[in-house]
Amino acid sequence: MIRIEKRISNSQNLKSLAKFFSFVIGILISLFFLKFLGIGLIDLIKNIYYDAFGSIYSFTELLIKMVPLLICSIGVSFAFKMKLWNIGSEGQLYIGALASSLIAIYIPLNSHYLMIFLMFLAAFIAGGLWSGLAGFLKVKLNVNEIIVTLLMNYIAILIVDYLVYGPLKDPEGFNFPYSKKFTDIAKLSTFGDTRLHTGIVLAIFLLILYYILMEKSVWGYEVRVIGSNPNAARYAGININKNILIIMILSGGVSALAGFTEVSGVLHRLQHSISPGYGYTAIIIAWLSNQNSIGILFSSLFMALIFLAGDTLQLNYQIPISMVNAFQGILLFTLLTGDFFINHKITMKRRKNA
Amino acid sequence: MEKILELKEISKKFGNFQANKNISFDLYKGEILTILGENGAGKSTLMNIITGFYRSDDGEIYVNGKKVTLTSPKDAIKHGIGMVHQHFMLVKNLTVFENLLVALKDKRFIINKNRYANIFLNIFKKFNLNIDLDLPLWKLSIGEQQWIEIIKLLINDCQILILDEPTTLLTPQETEFLFKFLFELKKEGKSIIFISHKIKEVMEVSDRIVILKKGEVVSILNKEDFNENRISHLMVGTVLKNKYDKDVKPSDDLLLEISNLYAKNDKGLADLQDFNLVVRKSEILGIAGISGNGQKALAEVLTGLKDPYKGKISLNGIDITYGTARQKYIHGIAHIPEDRKAMGIAPDLTVEENLILKNFKDKELGGILLNRKNINRYANDLVEKFNIQYGVKNAPVRLLSGGNIQKVIIARELSENPTILVALYPTRGLDIGSQEFIHQTIIEHQKKGMSTIYISEDLDELFKISDRIAVIFRGKNMGYFEPDNVDKKTIGKMMGGIIKDD
Repeated sequence: MIRIEKRISNSQNLKSLAKFFSFVIGILISLFFLKFLGIGLIDLIKNIYYDAFGSIYSFTELLIKMVPLLICSIGVSFAFKMKLWNIGSEGQLYIGALASSLIAIYIPLNSHYLMIFLMFLAAFIAGGLWSGLAGFLKVKLNVNEIIVTLLMNYIAILIVDYLVYGPLKDPEGFNFPYSKKFTDIAKLSTFGDTRLHTGIVLAIFLLILYYILMEKSVWGYEVRVIGSNPNAARYAGININKNILIIMILSGGVSALAGFTEVSGVLHRLQHSISPGYGYTAIIIAWLSNQNSIGILFSSLFMALIFLAGDTLQLNYQIPISMVNAFQGILLFTLLTGDFFINHKITMKRRKNA
Repeated sequence: MEKILELKEISKKFGNFQANKNISFDLYKGEILTILGENGAGKSTLMNIITGFYRSDDGEIYVNGKKVTLTSPKDAIKHGIGMVHQHFMLVKNLTVFENLLVALKDKRFIINKNRYANIFLNIFKKFNLNIDLDLPLWKLSIGEQQWIEIIKLLINDCQILILDEPTTLLTPQETEFLFKFLFELKKEGKSIIFISHKIKEVMEVSDRIVILKKGEVVSILNKEDFNENRISHLMVGTVLKNKYDKDVKPSDDLLLEISNLYAKNDKGLADLQDFNLVVRKSEILGIAGISGNGQKALAEVLTGLKDPYKGKISLNGIDITYGTARQKYIHGIAHIPEDRKAMGIAPDLTVEENLILKNFKDKELGGILLNRKNINRYANDLVEKFNIQYGVKNAPVRLLSGGNIQKVIIARELSENPTILVALYPTRGLDIGSQEFIHQTIIEHQKKGMSTIYISEDLDELFKISDRIAVIFRGKNMGYFEPDNVDKKTIGKMMGGIIKDD
């Protein structure tokens, strides 16, 4: 007879080991699928390794992919810490990108720093208000934030689409759905001759800020109490509604900064499909890392690697980008399974027959 | 007498925890057998094995001399074993008839209402129960709901009835009626397994007692060997006291005054109605009542979790009727909430983080950033003082046992020397050792001048600890008593709403 029992205690080592094995199994399954597609695995791994770590340049490309993932997952983690399920990171990224692009296109400024600062601010405020709306609805009318943030993703993406196909379309852009290119004043500076932009500094700064706020500050403590048990929080005199609003604004504002770094640091214009799903992947990252700051960093890096591997698959093997989503799904699946085994154990037992 | 149920060497392990170890005893036809033991002694596990919820790791069960393997509660019912759970398994929105019908095993495809109604009514008549079959269940009192639970077993022709702590929720009158009912059943030849940790009532109803301790049978006593001290000694190893010897007297000065207070519950119905209460300085005021008569609202209003809509609360002459939890805390009101896990703690946070839940805004513990060093020192002090036991450092508090979680809450609430403590069922579900600890802690703080409003359903406990007892019924204070000058019966009647005792 097979039985499932809860594990009474579990060691940190076991947890790490289980997570690691889940990763490995997930990757093995993914490779198995690729094998069916007739891809030489050794060759593939070599290619991915080369594209990610082969040179300084390729490593910076990996980091470029990591920046929006890291920023978005910090944004999502703020909300998840309080068990507010903001899954609108993708839309918030788009709104942030839109807000900074409007500043870059319409405000004629000569100072680079002022311009960048305004773009940063515009993205944060726009994203904050965007997801703050979900917070407001939750506080005032008890509307489920999951539904609101999810559906607002589509609104945000379609607004951007409308603008880049219509009013904001670059007249000299051969009818492509993108805006005018930004001037150099509105571009984030890069490191050396790589494409890696200063957005990574912002991302790391946000991560440190996140760590201090959530782990070290009294306010973060309040947020964690609310997340763990709203009743206990209310009883301790913590204002829950106020914190829902603050967290939603902060969460959306931070996610929107990923939009800012993408348009200002990488694309240098607003365009159709800015993000290949960074905002959605951020949900997975925030979940996998258990909103732990170091965990967020490594999970983001890892997910960036998967995105990069997706590029490799597309370029070298003509395999569609949706394969990347499939791999993410497989990994999430094995990690969830791993989590189950961390918390439960299965015992096999033969029943004695009298 | 013939044996109806035999347990042989039943053992059950959960992880490393041995819940039951080599338990063997027999149940005879027509007897009331009590399983007595502290919380965590393995009573529930054993019953769950007998009723097919769990399977034992080892051991055998015989019913009527035949070996059986019970894999589900349905299986158990088939063998005539049924159980009334502590928390009723009834559908509140269905009528009495529908509830019984749901429980009935062999139903025809097309329901002939009269036919079944007659079966049910016959049973009602036999035991002198007066219940309308068409009444929705929620209109029944707790006692009546319990009868329905028992009748659910009778209509399925169960020969072995297991009752899990059936008197916890009942008034003394209802308890008495239940016991009469049980004796009737016994006369019918049914066998009853009665689970309890209240020694007195156990001695009243049982023919034999099986005492469990730490998952093992320590003793099986026959009626002629019943002796309160001996039983409690076997059960916990201590002799129980009826009343604590306190060397502290409440002062005559008034501390808290509640006058004409009204509060509504979530459904907009009155929870407190013209409620008056006076608490003196360093007094333990017990509040007796059956749960659901406004106790929770009283605690919530006092601690600022709920606003009254009329009336006045004053503490030391200061009006604190309307105020948030934090303001009330500053005025020195501490609270032990009813539901430990749902109200008292943030389960995912550590013990340290839970201990500072009330004073995390203090300067030494943090202002903007948490001062981990001071927090740890502060928490370690409390952990030592209150003997809180937890395994791994930084483990979430939800992994602690119920008694230790309650200690965390009490340590936190009492650490800042409050002027008044509102304790809502603080010992519910705890073992005797932990109960004793909580009582002693409260008495200790009484010596330091703290007053306590001690809300409980357990009269034994209230008589033991209180200086005065007030009875709450339908949101009203029915009057005060000194525990020395009143018997439990009078209070029990008032808990049921009967005002004058003639």
